[in-house]
Amino acid sequence: MSTPSQTVGPFLSIGLPWEDGPEVVPAGTPGAVWIRGTVSDGAGQPVPDALVETWQADADGRFDHPDDPRGAAGNGFRGFGRCPTDSGGQYQIRTVVPGAVPGAGGLPQAPHIDVSVLARGLLHRVVTRIYFEDKDNSADQVLALVPEDRRHTLIATKTEDGYRFDVRLQGEGETVFFDV
Amino acid sequence: MGDLRLPRYARDPDGTHPPLDYAGYGSTKLRHPKQPLVLLPQQLTEVTGPLLGPGRLGELDNDLTRQHAGEPQGQRIIVTGRLLDGDARPVRNSLVEIWQANAGGRYKHTGDRWPSPLDPNFDGVGRTLTDDDGRYTFTTIKPGAYPWKNHDNAWRPAHIHFSVFGTAFTQRLVTQMYFPDDPLFGQDPIFNSIPDEKARQRMISRFDLDRTEANWALAYQFDIVLRGRDASVFEDEEEEDE
Ligand SMILES: [Fe+3]
Repeated sequence: MSTPSQTVGPFLSIGLPWEDGPEVVPAGTPGAVWIRGTVSDGAGQPVPDALVETWQADADGRFDHPDDPRGAAGNGFRGFGRCPTDSGGQYQIRTVVPGAVPGAGGLPQAPHIDVSVLARGLLHRVVTRIYFEDKDNSADQVLALVPEDRRHTLIATKTEDGYRFDVRLQGEGETVFFDV
Repeated sequence: MGDLRLPRYARDPDGTHPPLDYAGYGSTKLRHPKQPLVLLPQQLTEVTGPLLGPGRLGELDNDLTRQHAGEPQGQRIIVTGRLLDGDARPVRNSLVEIWQANAGGRYKHTGDRWPSPLDPNFDGVGRTLTDDDGRYTFTTIKPGAYPWKNHDNAWRPAHIHFSVFGTAFTQRLVTQMYFPDDPLFGQDPIFNSIPDEKARQRMISRFDLDRTEANWALAYQFDIVLRGRDASVFEDEEEEDE
């Protein structure tokens, strides 16, 4: 019987941020990009007390994890990013764009990053996925489950040094959140 | 490429977790999604997850009473328990993070301004790894209750915030540990946001006389249970012997 979820509350920033949390890959890693964005609420106001966490495969689409049926990648790829939002609701993660990961029926999924957002006012984390506008997302089976007119909320747009991915918790342009 | 054999993580029964929209907790009002969640069939990204180990820890991270030159004020306590999956298997070598208010109910956070003193000897932040039995142990002080602005004369029951990962993205959990018989439970919307009464009780630690240390510290036991997995074929069964 699972333990229930509770909100992180307003003071998560004393306990959860790590100095290297936003650095999924070290500086200078070939192909490294910054994914940046703003978390905002139903009034369009930035959320300054949220935590954004990311989980992803490496550039070859592998996980360094024993439950990857192809075998753990064994390369020490952390795959995990964590960044609290600042006073303007902004977060940033330095990472590499993941490779395609096999999905149902052995068909490849489009490159994606799983995201948890935790905040005061969220009694349970919300989960979303980042896709990339310059990748082929047309055959992705998860995106296909999302109403077409909302898919754009999951697609990060190109910037000078990476991508932009905003999270709108509620209202106009509300981000698609998943039940996992 | 054939089908991937993946573990699958069982969904928790209705009522185990709080709704995102909960009128009693004012901060949910502008922060809960209004569109329905989209059911995501668990795939490889969801059944794997960060495995965060020893590199994350400093030597005194699991003893919040020894992180400064002097000792913090308050009742010294040992908080211990096991991190388990839904099949009662220990989750080993897994990061457990906690944060909490001091004995007077004040957080060491610039946003916490209520008139109760900060304690120069208490940061209220701890980390540890579970052992081979899934057990974690912290030494800390019992946090105080604190007021907040949610409703008239609102007070949070004493609690310690816990963050755990398990081994899969689906198992990520942040919760709060409460203390037995807190008189503030009745008026607290965060505690009461859990619909199922039995699930709510699972957030309350148990006083544990066996683990107290004579002339030193009281002890509380708090097990954390994550979603269980059952090995199953992710997609349609492939033909045998292929
Ligand atoms: Fe708190």
